[in-house]
Amino acid sequence: MKLYDVAELAVRNLRESILRNSLTTVGISVGVASLVAMLSLGIGLQQLAARRLQKSGLFDTVIVSSRRDLRNFSRDQEENGPAPAESPSLDEAARLKIVQLPSVLEAYPDIRFVTELRFDDKPHLTMVAGLPFSARNNDAFDGMQGSFFSSETALEVILQKSFAEELLGKRPKPGVDEVNVADLAKPLIGKELIMRFAERTVTPPDARDAPPDQSKLPSAAYSVVSREQTLKIVGVCDLDPDSLHGQGRARVFVPLQLAQNLHVMQPSDLRDTTNVAGGKPTYTTLQVRVKSPKDVQTVEDAIKKMGFNTFSIVDATKSLRQFFAVLDLFLGIFGSLALAVASIGIINTLVMAILERRREIGIMKAIGASDNDVKGLFFAEAGAMGIFGGVLGVALGWTIGRVINLGTNIYLRRQHFPPEQIWSVPWWLVTSAVVFSIVVSLLSGLYPASRAARLDPVQALRYE
Amino acid sequence: MSTGQSGIDPNGSIALQTENVCRHYMMGEALIRAVDGISLRVCAGEFVALLGTSGSGKSSLLNLIAGLDRPTSGTVMVGGRDLAKLSREELAKYRLRTVGMVFQSFNLIPSMTLLENVELPLRFAEVDREKRHGVARQALDRVGLSTRLRHRPTELSGGEQQRAALARALINQPQLLLADEPTGNLDSHTGTEIMNFIREFNESLGMTVVMVTHERVLAEQYAKRMIFLADGKLAEEQENRAVVNAQLTSGGGR
Repeated sequence: MKLYDVAELAVRNLRESILRNSLTTVGISVGVASLVAMLSLGIGLQQLAARRLQKSGLFDTVIVSSRRDLRNFSRDQEENGPAPAESPSLDEAARLKIVQLPSVLEAYPDIRFVTELRFDDKPHLTMVAGLPFSARNNDAFDGMQGSFFSSETALEVILQKSFAEELLGKRPKPGVDEVNVADLAKPLIGKELIMRFAERTVTPPDARDAPPDQSKLPSAAYSVVSREQTLKIVGVCDLDPDSLHGQGRARVFVPLQLAQNLHVMQPSDLRDTTNVAGGKPTYTTLQVRVKSPKDVQTVEDAIKKMGFNTFSIVDATKSLRQFFAVLDLFLGIFGSLALAVASIGIINTLVMAILERRREIGIMKAIGASDNDVKGLFFAEAGAMGIFGGVLGVALGWTIGRVINLGTNIYLRRQHFPPEQIWSVPWWLVTSAVVFSIVVSLLSGLYPASRAARLDPVQALRYE
Repeated sequence: MSTGQSGIDPNGSIALQTENVCRHYMMGEALIRAVDGISLRVCAGEFVALLGTSGSGKSSLLNLIAGLDRPTSGTVMVGGRDLAKLSREELAKYRLRTVGMVFQSFNLIPSMTLLENVELPLRFAEVDREKRHGVARQALDRVGLSTRLRHRPTELSGGEQQRAALARALINQPQLLLADEPTGNLDSHTGTEIMNFIREFNESLGMTVVMVTHERVLAEQYAKRMIFLADGKLAEEQENRAVVNAQLTSGGGR
C-alpha cells in the first residue's frame, strides 16, 4: 500500500472508535505534557542560572597575570611555559594583543588600592576599585539606588552598602533586619567625599639619586606623591559587584578610566622598579571578558601561549552544567514515566482493536493484503496517535509550564522579589517531544502490529 | 474440470490442479482430516461446483485453492505455481492478482462505503487514487450499484451486498473466481440474480469459477461439472451435460 493510503485508512480506523482512541491520545498527551513541563522548568532554571552567572561576570572572565608575579603561580602553569624571568611583562602592548584575540570583548587592568576616604571630616579606610563602564550591565547594579557613572572619567563614586552603613554610622545589629539600601542612599547620594591616595609619577633618569656605578642599570624610578580628589556619590548598591575578588574586595568604586588617569600607586609598581623593561607601566592583573563562557577555554589557552598565567572559574561552570544535565535527566525520566504509562495505553488500545477488527483483518488478507500492509496499518494508527498526542501534549505542557511560572512569580512578588522567567520551551524541545511521542507510540505499536500481521486469515474470517 | 487423470476438455489449459492434497489439523486429541488426498484438475474457463454436506471439506479445499491456507501435504498448482512453496508475501500477491473471492456472509468492511470496499484491493495493488475510483465505479455500475457508491454495507440488502462483494472480487480481473456458498444468505430470487452474474463473468470474461455449495439444484443449473466430497475425500464427479450443451448451443462454451 502507498503511504498516503496507509495514513488515510489509519485515520479512518481511528475515527471509527473515536472515544477509545481519543482517550488513548489524551493519555499520550498527558505523558508528553509532563515531560515538556518538567524539561521546560529544568531548561528555564538552567537559563536563569546562566543569565545570572553571565551578568555576574564570573563565568565570562579570564584573569591574566604575569608569570613574573610569583604569587600567582600554580604548579601546572609553573611546569608548562617560560620561566618567570623570561616571561613577558603584562603591559599596555600585551593588553592590546589580548584584545585582538578572537572572542575577546575587552581587556582592562584590575586597579584596586587601599586608601583613605574622608566623609563629614571623618576618615574611613577601605579598598577602592576601578570599574569598567561595561560593568553597568552587572546584575549587582540591578537593585542599585541612584545611578551608574555618567562617563568613563566622571569624578563620581559608587558605594557598596556596607561602606554606606559605615559612613552613616549605621551598623546592623545581629538578629535585626538589614538596613534598607534606599534609606542609606537618601542622605548620601549627591554628597561629596574626599579620596586621599598615593600618585605615582615617573622620575626622570637624571634626577635619580643613585650610586654612580649603578646609574646605568636598566630600571624604572617613580616618585610617590600624596594627592586628594573630591568625588561625588552617585549610587549605593545592595549586592557586591566585586564578589570575584575574595580577599581584596573593594567597597568603593570609581570609573576605571578615572582610576587609571589618577595614576594611583599599585602594589606591583614597587616590584617593577627592578624590571629590565623599566619605564613602561605594567599591570598586576588584566581582566579579560569573552563573548560567552564557552569561549573561556580557548581564550585562556591563547593567552597562556603568550606566556602569561591565567585564571578562570570555567571548571565551576562545568560542574554547574553537569548539575543541570543531571537535573534535566531526572526531570526527563520522571516526565517520561507518564509517557511510559501512556505507551501501555497504546498497546492496550491496539490489541483491543485487533480483537475487534479480527474479521476485518481476515477480509483484507483474503482480498490481497500482505502481512506488511496489515502491519503498516496498525503502525500508522499508533504513529497517528503519537503525532496527535505529541502535538496536544506539547501545547498542554507549554500551558502547565506557563501556569507554574505565573504561580512562582506571584509567590516571588509576595516575597518582594523581582519576577523571574523560570520556564522555557525552546524549539528543540517542542520538536523532540513530538518526535519522542511518535517513537514511543511506534514502539508500542510494534507488538500489536506484528500480532495483527500474523493472524491466520482462515481463523480470522471465521471470527464473528 | 477433471478429476484424477480424466478431463472433460483435454485441449483446455489447466487453470488449477491439486495432487493428493491433504489438510489435517489437531482438535484437542483428535486428528481432523478436513481434506484427505484430493486430486483434481480444473481447466481454464470452467465453472465447477464443489458439493457436499457440512464438514465434507469443500470450504477447506476452497481455502487451499484461495491461498488462505496451506496444505499439510500434496500440492495445489495454480497457473503452474505450487502454492505450498510460495512465501507469505507471494501468497498475498497471489490472492490479490490471481484470485477473486465471494463469501456467504459477503465480508464487506462495515466502516467503509461500497466504493471504498470495492477499491480496497486496488489500494493493496498500489493503484493511483484517480484510476482506482474510476475502475471501482465501473465495477459497481456493472453489478447495478452505481447509485449506492457512498452507502455503507449495513444500509444495503443482502443481495446488494453480495453484488458489491462480486464487484470487489472482479476489480483486479482475476483468473479464478472462488465462491463459498454465495447464495447461502440470500432468498431464491436474489440468489438467482447473483448466480446469473457469476455465470455472466464465467462466460463473457472467461473466468474460471469454483463454487462451493450444498444446493444441488443450484449446481445443476449453473456448473458444468459437479464434484461431490465426503469426509474430506472426493466421492463422485458428474459432468453437467445440460449446462455444457446449453453453452455449446449459445456459443459461449470454451
